[in-house]
Amino acid sequence: MNLSKVSSDKLLPVLFILPSIVAIGIFVYGFISWTGYVSFSNWNTLTPDLSFAGLKNYLFLFNDYRFQSGMRNTLFFTLFFIIGVLGLGFFLATFIDSNIKGESFFRNIFLFPMALSFVVTGVVWQWLLNPSTGVNLLLASLGFESVPRWYIDTTILFSFPLGQIQFGIPIALLSVVIAAVWQMTGFSLAMYLAGLRAIPEEVKEAARVDGATEFQIYRKVIFPILMPITVSIIIIMGHISLKIFDLIYAMTGSGSNFVTDVPGVYMFETTFRGNFFGHGAAIAMIMLLLVAVVIVPYLIVSRKGDS
Amino acid sequence: MKIKKFTLLTILSIILALFMVACGSDEEETTGDDQNGNGDSNGQEEAAGDNGEATAEEGSLEIFSWWTGAGEEAGLLALIDLFEEKHPNIEVVNAAVAGGAGTNAQAVLASRMQGNDPPGTFQIHGGAALNTGWVAAGRMEPITDLYDSEGWHDKFPQDLIDMVTSDEEIYSVPVNIHRSNVLFYNVEIFEEHGLEAPTTFDEFYEVADALQAAGVTPLALGDRESWTALHLFETILLGSLGADGYNALWTRDLDFDSPEVVEAIEHFHKFLTYVNDDHAARNWQDAAQMVAQGNAAMNIMGDWAAGYFATDLELEPNVDFGFVPTPNTTGKFMVVTDNFGLPKDVENPEIVKDFLRVLGSVEGQDVFNPLKGSIPARVDADVSKYNAYGQQTIEDFREAVLTPSLAHNSAAPAGFVSQADQAVNIFVASGNVDQLVQALQTAAEQNIQ
Repeated sequence: MNLSKVSSDKLLPVLFILPSIVAIGIFVYGFISWTGYVSFSNWNTLTPDLSFAGLKNYLFLFNDYRFQSGMRNTLFFTLFFIIGVLGLGFFLATFIDSNIKGESFFRNIFLFPMALSFVVTGVVWQWLLNPSTGVNLLLASLGFESVPRWYIDTTILFSFPLGQIQFGIPIALLSVVIAAVWQMTGFSLAMYLAGLRAIPEEVKEAARVDGATEFQIYRKVIFPILMPITVSIIIIMGHISLKIFDLIYAMTGSGSNFVTDVPGVYMFETTFRGNFFGHGAAIAMIMLLLVAVVIVPYLIVSRKGDS
Repeated sequence: MKIKKFTLLTILSIILALFMVACGSDEEETTGDDQNGNGDSNGQEEAAGDNGEATAEEGSLEIFSWWTGAGEEAGLLALIDLFEEKHPNIEVVNAAVAGGAGTNAQAVLASRMQGNDPPGTFQIHGGAALNTGWVAAGRMEPITDLYDSEGWHDKFPQDLIDMVTSDEEIYSVPVNIHRSNVLFYNVEIFEEHGLEAPTTFDEFYEVADALQAAGVTPLALGDRESWTALHLFETILLGSLGADGYNALWTRDLDFDSPEVVEAIEHFHKFLTYVNDDHAARNWQDAAQMVAQGNAAMNIMGDWAAGYFATDLELEPNVDFGFVPTPNTTGKFMVVTDNFGLPKDVENPEIVKDFLRVLGSVEGQDVFNPLKGSIPARVDADVSKYNAYGQQTIEDFREAVLTPSLAHNSAAPAGFVSQADQAVNIFVASGNVDQLVQALQTAAEQNIQ
């Protein structure tokens, strides 16, 4: 009697998580290992060839013009995207938090883009920023002589040769950043708004009584309290931008001279157009590592915080 | 305690039930197969059990393609109607995958073929895509016997049959022909400036210079998807090297760093100085539209653009838009041909062969092609069913030298095409001839045997 009670108490939770453990084990970790295995193989035609190739696929990629361009673009895209989402999200949250009229109206307006998929955003902004139509017609009618070339501009700012490519900030990428920021700012806005609302008025009052200026209140009181939220936003936006595929694929493609290419698009095209399954798997593993570099420290820190 | 035991039992039984549903669905379908298959044929039953899809012997045929655009989908549906009329017991499943100029479909196809779940038959371009792809991978059944029994050997041009032949065996049925080396032009613009359609490189430069001087964009290009730039490049390669030189590239008898190819690349470079400024923001339809609307004078594209002009934009061939072979390619015909073959391990090869018979018949080809805007691959099809553009092309097709298209995967293995595509994409922006030559040469060494 006693024995069966203990075992059923322990059995129940195990039974609950067993299906998901099995499913995740096979469909996530099993397939990650398989991809890792393929990335070290010679499988670069339609005929599967799983013979060991060592680092051949990885070496090919690190010397490859397109892959280097993709890494450069991912770096700058991630950087500007996160800065944009944090900055604009915080600004709008402060704006909405300041007891303006029609607060819920504005909140909904800024949140709505999040309801769209990246593909829709991509298509819409592709039209808006099309250099021969879109906002350029507006600019031209306002009297601007030279209009921006948006996502077809092949200029790379502050560039210097590095490896095969010119390293610098591709102007075309900024158009994609605008679209991505437009879509995801609602998320950081909501997070920051919740954070701001959670700060007790007494804390700010106390700072004011101590003679702090508004600027000091932000720097010394509000920012530190919002820090965990900021880190969460960076982590979540970071892993979205490192893996970005759909927005780029729908909006610009890999772009002239690969100015808007990212590893995700390269992975898809090289695997299924070029049949370079080994290269594709290697790109997938590199992307996984990149995301792991962002996520794992966060997981470790947040686990420590829990215990 | 009692409650707990009860909960535990309930949960256990739910989990069990779920597992049974998950595992059972396969079994049920398989037994369904057996029942349907009974009495019809016993030979295929073993195979049918394997995949468990609802494709019983007399049941259904799955046709896999990337034909989802207006004209091509209409053509495919007309073919399916024709097939169902002849074989009323067979249900046809149209498994078309849209998008990415076929790349999305190829992704789905690759995973299905490698997972041993091939569709009944699938669309593939004749030439290298077929021969160095699924045929080389050992995943296709030869259908030479079908050509024998249907007497098709002299019904298709020999050059075309050669494109779908590997080691003396034929592997697919060509359903249509597109010509990829066509220069379309706006008749009104040409008349207004007193120009003749160019047929050589020199004439092209003359015409283009005159147009540029008059403030008209000479050549429309839309390389948002970079294959269009590769497409332009292949027509210049053919024009500059001739058919023999062009074909020698794919057998590695001519190197990409030879002076002839460098000369062709310099022509390509010069062509690119005549294109519209915003080419990277346009796709091929946008570029064709520039010619239709008179914003550009010429466009080099495959003759699916003729279908786009005639069907979508309702323009009259020879009245609104004119067409000639691209410079220096008169008498040469760059072929893009859609084919269907018989994959290994399909459940019911006889049904697939029935479908291939319909595809290869005069009736099938004449039902499909006028709607798709292509011409029949058979030499004995009914010319009167095609418009002015189609009739002219059918005539050219019978006399011209056929060469396989590079940009559409017929000339070289997919690996080479995708690397050439990238190299050309870089070249369009950089104009660095040496870099392109080197990239092409390396890609050829690595990918063409």
